[in-house]
Formats: sequence, C-alpha cells, structure tokens
Amino acid sequence: MTYIPHTDVERQQMLAAIGVTTIEDLFEAVPSTHRFPKLDLPAGVSEMEIAAEMLALSEANDHAQDFAIFRGAGAYHHFIPSALNHILLRGEFYTAYTPYQPEVSQGTLQATFEYQSMMCALTGMDAANASHYDGGTSLAEAVTVALEVSRHKRKKIVLSHAIHPQYRAVVRTYHQGNGVEITGDEGMASLAELTDLIDDNTALVAVAYPNFFGQIEDFSELVEKAHAAGALVAFVINPIALGLLKTPGSLGADIVVGEAQPLGIPLGFGGPYLGFFGVRKEYVRRIAGRIVGETTDKNGKRAYVMTLRPREQDIRREKATSNICTNQGLMALAAAIYLSLMGKHGLRKVAELCYHKAHYAADRIDALEGFDVDRSKPFFHEFVVKCPLPVAKINRALIDKGIIGGYDLSQDYPELENHMLVCVTEMNSKEEIDALVEALSEVNVQ
Amino acid sequence: MAQLNYPSDLKYARTDEWVRLEGDIATIGISDFAQDQLNDVVFVELPEVGTEVKKGEPFGTVESVKAASDLNAPVTGTVTEVNDAVRDNPELINSDPYERGWLIKVKVSDPDSLNDLMDSAAYAKYNEPRM
Repeated sequence: MTYIPHTDVERQQMLAAIGVTTIEDLFEAVPSTHRFPKLDLPAGVSEMEIAAEMLALSEANDHAQDFAIFRGAGAYHHFIPSALNHILLRGEFYTAYTPYQPEVSQGTLQATFEYQSMMCALTGMDAANASHYDGGTSLAEAVTVALEVSRHKRKKIVLSHAIHPQYRAVVRTYHQGNGVEITGDEGMASLAELTDLIDDNTALVAVAYPNFFGQIEDFSELVEKAHAAGALVAFVINPIALGLLKTPGSLGADIVVGEAQPLGIPLGFGGPYLGFFGVRKEYVRRIAGRIVGETTDKNGKRAYVMTLRPREQDIRREKATSNICTNQGLMALAAAIYLSLMGKHGLRKVAELCYHKAHYAADRIDALEGFDVDRSKPFFHEFVVKCPLPVAKINRALIDKGIIGGYDLSQDYPELENHMLVCVTEMNSKEEIDALVEALSEVNVQ
Repeated sequence: MAQLNYPSDLKYARTDEWVRLEGDIATIGISDFAQDQLNDVVFVELPEVGTEVKKGEPFGTVESVKAASDLNAPVTGTVTEVNDAVRDNPELINSDPYERGWLIKVKVSDPDSLNDLMDSAAYAKYNEPRM
C-alpha cells in the first residue's frame, strides 16, 4: 500500500513545471558518493507478520497490572476511570497538533482553559499556563521567572534537598552557564538551615509539598523570611495530595509547579507526563508556555484564545520568557477530564484512601523486626523505611512475589543507605499491603 | 495612513523614544510613530524611582497585542518619577503619547548623552523609509 497521494502523471507535471527531468535530478547538490546510500534493510514484511513480531517484543516487558506496586518517587499508580479514555482518545483531541487557532479549535482551547482554571483552584494560584513537559521542566521555568522578576540582579537559587533529585538535576542542566548559584541541596539540610541560606541575593526558594520523602512540612517561617528578603517562593506539589492539604497559595507560595501525572495519566514507562505551572497574578506576564484566555468575539459571544502571546519566542526572540513554546496538550486534557470526573469530593476521597492505606502500611511495617518507619514528620502517601538489608536486595526478593517494592533512596542520598521510600495509593488493596508486610518479614529472615 | 506627529520642542532617539528637557529633568515617552507601529498597547513595565538608567540600555517594556518591545533610555541619569496613570491605562500611550502618555522622568547625570538625539524634522526624515 502506498501512502503518498501523488500519481505518476502528477509527478511528471510537477517536474516539468520546475524544469527538471527526474526526481533524482533534485539531489544533484548532494555529493554522488553520498547521494543514494545503500541502507541494507531487511525485506518488507506483511502487516500480519509485523504484528506478531511487535507482540512478541512487547511481551518481553512486564505490565503494571501484573504487580502490586509500592513505588512512587515522582510517578504514581492511580486508577484511571475508563470514561477518561473514551473522551481523550476521540480523534478530534487525539490527533490534533498544537490546535490553537481560535477559529477552528474552540473545543481544545476551552478544555485547556478549564485545565488551567481547575489547577488554579487546586493550588490557590491566580493563573496557570497550558502546561510544560514534566515536573522537572516546570521547576526549571520557575527559576527562570524568579531570575526575570529580579531583573537578573539576584543570582542565588535555594533548593530544598527534599525536592525530587531529578527535578533538581533538570534545573541545573537548564540553567548551566547563566551565572546562577544553585544551593541548599548539597546535604540533608533542615528547614531552619535552608532558611538561613536566604539573603537579598536570593531570587527563589523552592520546597516540595509533600516532599520527596512523602513528608508534609511547615514552611511558614521559610516563606516569611523569603518574602522579607524579596525572594520568591516556589512549591513543588503532588496534585492528589492537594485533595487533602491546604493550598500552596494559602501558605504564601508565589509559584506552584509539579508533576500532574497522577491526574489520569498512566505510568507509561516514564512519560508522557505533565508539568504544571501556576503563579500569582502579578507574575503572569513573566511565565513561559502557552496560556489560554477567555474573551468575547465581535458578536459578544464567549470565545477562547491563546493569550499573552508576545512573551513567546516567535515574537520576543532572545528576550522571550523561555525557549519553550509548546505544552503537553493531550496530557493537560487528560488531567482536566480526570478532575472533572472526580470532582472536588472524588479527589478528596482518592487522597483520603491514599493517606489511610499508607498509614496502615506504615504501622504494619514499623511493627516488623528490623524495619523502622520515619515518623518524625507527618506524611501523605509515601514514607521512609530504614531496612535491615540493602533495598536492592529486598526488592529482588519482592519482585519474585509479584511485588514492586519501594524506591531505593541510597541512589540519590548517600546518607540513606538501606532506606526505602514506600508509596501506597488507592490501587493497593488491604490484601496487597498485608502480602507486602508478609514478604518483608520473610526477607529479613534470610 | 495616519498623519504622524512629532512636536518640535522635543528630541527623538533612533529607537523612537522622545525627550522633553526642562533644566536637568528629562521627561521621556515613545513617539507617535512607535505607538502607531505597536498598535493597541496593553501593558507597560516601568522601572522604580531611583533606578539608574544608561543611554541606549533598556529601562522597561511596552507590550501591545502583537509585540513586546524594549524601552531604551535616550539619556543617562536617575529615575525621579514614574507615570502611574500609564500603568493603569496603557492605552494613553496610543491616544496621547506626548502628554498624558509620558513614561518616566530622569535627572540627567550626563548631559552629553543627549547630543545625538534628533530634532523633529530630522526624526520625520529618519522615519520616511520606515513607513
């Protein structure tokens, strides 16, 4: 089957129109030794054969459904209502690429506007953009906003070590070479020690809520000192947790970022995910990304458009708020559908289930000989367990029992040898949790 | 094409800012040509009083529906006053660019910085090929 619509007659007509005899003539500029290289590809196969080959390849992987999953660390296993995919996978949504012309994209623009609005309600921010690639990129953009707000007079960025290690790495990659000092996460600083780093050269202080270890901390003193010093405060959040916790807006955040994958997006082997970005009103002109706005057309009817466009690089060039001028449209739509299906009460219910199941699991694991749960701070649905053996060893034993154990914290924090970050969501039944506890008790015996 | 206006008592920069000098205080705004090119101004970002501005360097931004442009200092000095009215009603820059649409006042610290500014006639001629 050919996929190119031109007939041979049409090809000849086009070639004649430009004064060329054959299509090969168009490649004269390429040196003859490189012009038509031999590709040595295998012979083409039928659809039936290729389908069988792909199926065999895919079965080399295990699926999330085959395991009891107790790992989070930035990618969370939550239930996706089937209604979500029925809406998301509609051709009009699924196949459209950057559908932003208001004349033909009112549906997508409205959905994006709803996404932005719902995320503002969830976080207590005044404005949100149409999303970024993922949580790490959003945090990097928060740094950009803070530097911009200080008119590049302030060069210090204070990051809590309890922000996802990969997000902090992305911030460093993003801002390398621009003279910015990124500090605060070199060790395991306490909140008080982190707060001490804030001075009038600080453009931004960023903390995580809940943090990478699942903990919920009181940032009031940090926020007060940051604002007194003229620095902005960014909260890195988990949107499911916000079904239960106070909004970052009410706690003094100027910028809220995070990974919105838990909102109806599957684990998907690491992506595509969804970077959330929200700000207080006074910073909306500084933020990167697409923004959808609501307006009226010339007949006075409500309409949706991309707005605040001059910030973007196609207009502002090197003075644009960012080099990124795209978003995760389909993922933002998934999040909007998820939030609509769940509603305020549904989201709270999910959060409560996560919270209570995690606390049940923590209690049972803590009671095990050799295992110690860190209860120094309140936690949401993740908690740190000090284990009697290296986490990698424990996890190998757990996998054989159909359990994906918690995240090995020693990978990112050398001080946390043998420490596991366990996550429990609404997807983990009591039976699964009890099976995990039993498996852990057996592992210690070895 | 709109009839553009360049008052004769003002001086003009190549980057389309105008200056009204009274003693050592320079009142600064953008010219009729600039506001006409920009179209509807929706937002203007201005420095704070006390900010040092250097000739040729950006001191703020003016944003319209189609573009966001830097405002470049036509003189060197310190900002003494900022037009709050224009922050709340940026459309004044379009409707009244030389009077109510003024942007900042600067106490000039380097009088030589005004030497290369054009007068009304020179600026009109400068704009001919740009229309």
